[in-house]
Amino acid sequence: MRDVAIIGVGMTKWGELWEKSLRTIFTETALLAIADAGVDKIDSMVVGCMSSGLFVGQEHLSSLLADYLGRTPVAAARVESACSSGGLALRQGFIEVASGMSDVVLVGGVEKMTDVTGCEATYALGTAADQEYEGYHGLTFPGLYAMMAVAHMHRYGTTREQLALVAVKNHDNGSRNPLAQFPFKITVEGVLNSVLVADPLRILDCSPITDGAAAVVLCPADMARKMKKPVVRITGSGQATDTIALASRKDLTWLESTHIAAQKALAMAGRKVDEIDLFEVHDCFTIAEIMVTEALGLVEKGRGGRAVEEGLTARGGRFPVNPSGGLKAKGHPVGATGVAQAIEVVKQLRGEAGDRQVKGARRGLTQNMGGTGGSSLVHVFEAE
Amino acid sequence: MPTPSRYWREIPQRYRMEAGKCKACGFVAFPPRVVCPACGAREFVPAKLADGGKILTYTIIRVPPRPFEDQAPYAVGIAELDDGVKLTAQVVDCDFADLKVGLRVRLEFRKLSEEGEAGIIYYGYKFVPE
Repeated sequence: MRDVAIIGVGMTKWGELWEKSLRTIFTETALLAIADAGVDKIDSMVVGCMSSGLFVGQEHLSSLLADYLGRTPVAAARVESACSSGGLALRQGFIEVASGMSDVVLVGGVEKMTDVTGCEATYALGTAADQEYEGYHGLTFPGLYAMMAVAHMHRYGTTREQLALVAVKNHDNGSRNPLAQFPFKITVEGVLNSVLVADPLRILDCSPITDGAAAVVLCPADMARKMKKPVVRITGSGQATDTIALASRKDLTWLESTHIAAQKALAMAGRKVDEIDLFEVHDCFTIAEIMVTEALGLVEKGRGGRAVEEGLTARGGRFPVNPSGGLKAKGHPVGATGVAQAIEVVKQLRGEAGDRQVKGARRGLTQNMGGTGGSSLVHVFEAE
Repeated sequence: MPTPSRYWREIPQRYRMEAGKCKACGFVAFPPRVVCPACGAREFVPAKLADGGKILTYTIIRVPPRPFEDQAPYAVGIAELDDGVKLTAQVVDCDFADLKVGLRVRLEFRKLSEEGEAGIIYYGYKFVPE
């Protein structure tokens, strides 16, 4: 296997982009990534997208996006693993370059979520759960994570305030990210007084509906060094699955797929988790970040709530989690999220993260999750 | 809108709580499966689920998906039945204030939702406090 580097990143402001179509949002970010990489030609492209079919009635993104990028007949693929589609695209691009099959690969993620009503978007997102045995009974994604939260609170004494502190922390970070959908701070009181979505989760515990895209350019690390680019290598990639239905899990308070994906990625990188300087993780709901910090091994089982309370995961803490603002503040265009996590890590490792910079960051980790943890992808990145 | 076949093929599970018990290891699969997730064997004998159990976790859905708009707010939960099978369903005939982890429930056959005035009426099981 060859060493793989990220040599270009591209992202535009996320939000409710009424005036822009899926193809335009993707193309603009892809052009930014290609320009940042300084490459003329790409050998292949891989794009993560969860559900363009349900959100905009369009499949066959491989052709559409290569066409509108002006790059036909380039090889192109669209990959899907629910909300971890972006992380999966990154892994597929990584494998393609590492294997020697391609040299320069454009990896993107995109989701256009506001062309349908909120009710239809809730339905589309719900297809990441078991449609016949969860959705059939009226379950929603906030509902599924709410049940994980109730189980975690019951077993470990995690508090409602600790959940709120995750959102407050991530909005504080996001207030320093000009590309975030919601770049402003919120308070614990604000979270606790926001409208209930699925008890105990309130609207400010939930990541939003977002239009957005993200793109990176990968190439062999040797090529990147010759180009005199700042080299950030992908040193580990791990992927794992778990049952589609939450009820089938042995432990409702534990994300086994994230735990296994992290072990695989860290083993490939030859690193221990305490050697990592920052983490971009899948905080689709506040309880998710608490459970992810446990599954990654940043804290012991059941200690995730206390960790955020004690500042362990703050930007200046021992393990900075979601310095970008996370899905909560930055936004969550589901197919793009996994790629945007990688972009934040690259910016941090290049020292280009502005006033949300984690000082001296040399190694970063991303964790991207589909459904209630039915799929997880973890990547490790290191600056040279 | 799905064709009726997507609905009626699930009827044995949803109306009669039919599961598959693995001949090799005894794992009870609900809904029935082709491959046993516990041991990999592929031979099952029909089994009926236990009709009672206890709530492991729950929530109250305030923002429902279509076609549940008219029902919100409603409670849903995951229960572990007395045979060890875990499944998800609505919790009904229960004040929200009485919901708690460990609550004893039994399975009852109920209407779940419908597709407008002329479409399919969806039936299945719900949890009711014992």
